[in-house]
Amino acid sequence: MDLGRGSGYHGVPRWVYAIAAAGGVFVLLPLAAMAARVNWPQFIPLVTSESSLTALGLSLRTSAASTALCIIFGVPLALVLARSSFPGQRLLRAFVLLPLVLPPVVGGIALLYTFGRQGLLGRSLEAAGIQIAFSTTAVVLAQTFVALPFLVVSLEGALRTAGGRYEAVAATLGARPTTVLRRVTVPLVLPGLASGAVLSFARSLGEFGATLTFAGSLQGVTRTLPLEIYLQRETDADAAVALSLVLVAVAVTVVGLTYRRPGQKDQRSVPAGGTASGRMDGAR
Amino acid sequence: MQATVRARGFDVGLSLAPGETVAVMGPNGAGKSTLLSVVAGLLRPDSGRSVIDGKVLFDLDGGASVWTAPHHRRTALLAQEPLLFPHLSALENVAFGPRSAGTARKAARESAREWLAAVDAGDLEARRPAELSGGQAQRVAVARALAANPEVLLLDEPMAALDIHAAPLLRRLLKKVLAGRRAIIITHDVLDALMLADRVIILEGGKIAEEGPTRQVLQRPRSRFAAGLAGLNLIPGTITATGIRTTEGLEVAGHQDEDLLPVGSGEPNMAGQPGVAAFPPSAVSVFLSDAHGSPRNSFPVTVTDLEQHGDQIRVRAGGMSADITPAASADLGLAPGMTVHFVIKAAAVAVYPA
Repeated sequence: MDLGRGSGYHGVPRWVYAIAAAGGVFVLLPLAAMAARVNWPQFIPLVTSESSLTALGLSLRTSAASTALCIIFGVPLALVLARSSFPGQRLLRAFVLLPLVLPPVVGGIALLYTFGRQGLLGRSLEAAGIQIAFSTTAVVLAQTFVALPFLVVSLEGALRTAGGRYEAVAATLGARPTTVLRRVTVPLVLPGLASGAVLSFARSLGEFGATLTFAGSLQGVTRTLPLEIYLQRETDADAAVALSLVLVAVAVTVVGLTYRRPGQKDQRSVPAGGTASGRMDGAR
Repeated sequence: MQATVRARGFDVGLSLAPGETVAVMGPNGAGKSTLLSVVAGLLRPDSGRSVIDGKVLFDLDGGASVWTAPHHRRTALLAQEPLLFPHLSALENVAFGPRSAGTARKAARESAREWLAAVDAGDLEARRPAELSGGQAQRVAVARALAANPEVLLLDEPMAALDIHAAPLLRRLLKKVLAGRRAIIITHDVLDALMLADRVIILEGGKIAEEGPTRQVLQRPRSRFAAGLAGLNLIPGTITATGIRTTEGLEVAGHQDEDLLPVGSGEPNMAGQPGVAAFPPSAVSVFLSDAHGSPRNSFPVTVTDLEQHGDQIRVRAGGMSADITPAASADLGLAPGMTVHFVIKAAAVAVYPA
């Protein structure tokens, strides 16, 4: 069982370490370079300026809202993709995952032609007195659009790793499907759901292109932190760098929370030795 | 119950008396798990019909097909692994069935405690499945299945994943709880069939190869698989006046077993019927040359394998087995690939209809 683990043989050639180190430096160096440019004496005033706090608050609120939307739509999507089979399933998966590879600005344009004034649904919504584009709602929709695949991918992996056997047993014990979902499926994949939600939150927090295109940059309404940073960079580079650092800190926290070692994961939901790490891999 | 699953070549009909436990045995891929899945409602057969105490589980033969969802069937499933819900305590696991049936939390826990006590796991109620040993977990799983008050208990090799110390304990427990309960148990262990089941069904290639009371199947096997379970050599063919003739034209001398005739059928001579010749490996002698004597069977065969079997050496050749002493094996200089003669006294060969 422990073959290849711990201090034993691992079979990774040394030159792989050298290249891996270079790759790590490539990621870390820019962050260090940015941290070096922070105007530390002015750091607190810069990040607590009114516009910064407004942007940060808006970012946190919209990201929380879009994470909630991701869970509402993502859980059923992941369940349908992982547990059932129907014609067009592969196509549905491909389309759900599309925002992962789509340039966000394209997503923004697509949303604009859906919910914008002249858009597919926008016209009817406008008639009903609802205007979505260039509102805080638009920010949330843009963030949900780009963040949804993260939750679906995480959760579908977790569901597939967990398998359907516990659910089958639960059904033979007399549990109706909704009971099985509530008492067995969701608790089993909770780690996967949590990491998916955290990833969605992080992706929402960093969303720029789709937000700018679909929601604009209106202070207090649609100007989230990334937009604020981009704007400040033109006028006040120090503020932009300081706020960037705040986003880095949030991102590091989020990643740290998600990618804890499997052993530190919620022990309750780990069924037996081998499957724990498998579940984690599925969640990634 | 009768069901057909075309994709798996599965076609089985089966009925279960109230309180009867049936053991299902057969080689891997014979359709044993398919059978349980169909009964539990986890797999939908192409056609068939199943009724239990007047309740239709499925009826796919008529015009309007009836399909009862698994959670309405009351067919609790106990698998090879306990599959206890890892996020629930032992008690909550056992209470899962009653809770799903709508029993109030407190009453469900009460009933769960009783079932845990019944499987000698009362002191484990607060433990998480990860904190239980394999045997303990399987006992809790038995309690969980029984707490759901199933009409049919489905057991899919419940002992297979347990170590040799835990298995006898669980077997005793199952003997206790299966008494007077309708159950289907899949097993590879002839001991399970003997101890737990009233009747055994041998599945081969998705069809029932043989069925009957466990003792009878083991004493007078008609399928090669059952013969293997009983530790007997089996040669199928057509019954003749002196024994049996195989499709290859090989004549096997033996005695017709009259105990096996249906009462009142009268006719002791079963010549012409399909039948089998059965004999234990211990009745087979191994010679290097053809040795004829009193009414004996002598078959030239090529040795395929030699293996230790108790304090004997089991010689496998030509689809038959012979048990000889290690000394005899050494004297003969047996090795795989050698041609030898298997010699069996006709008196040791039982011939009966298949």
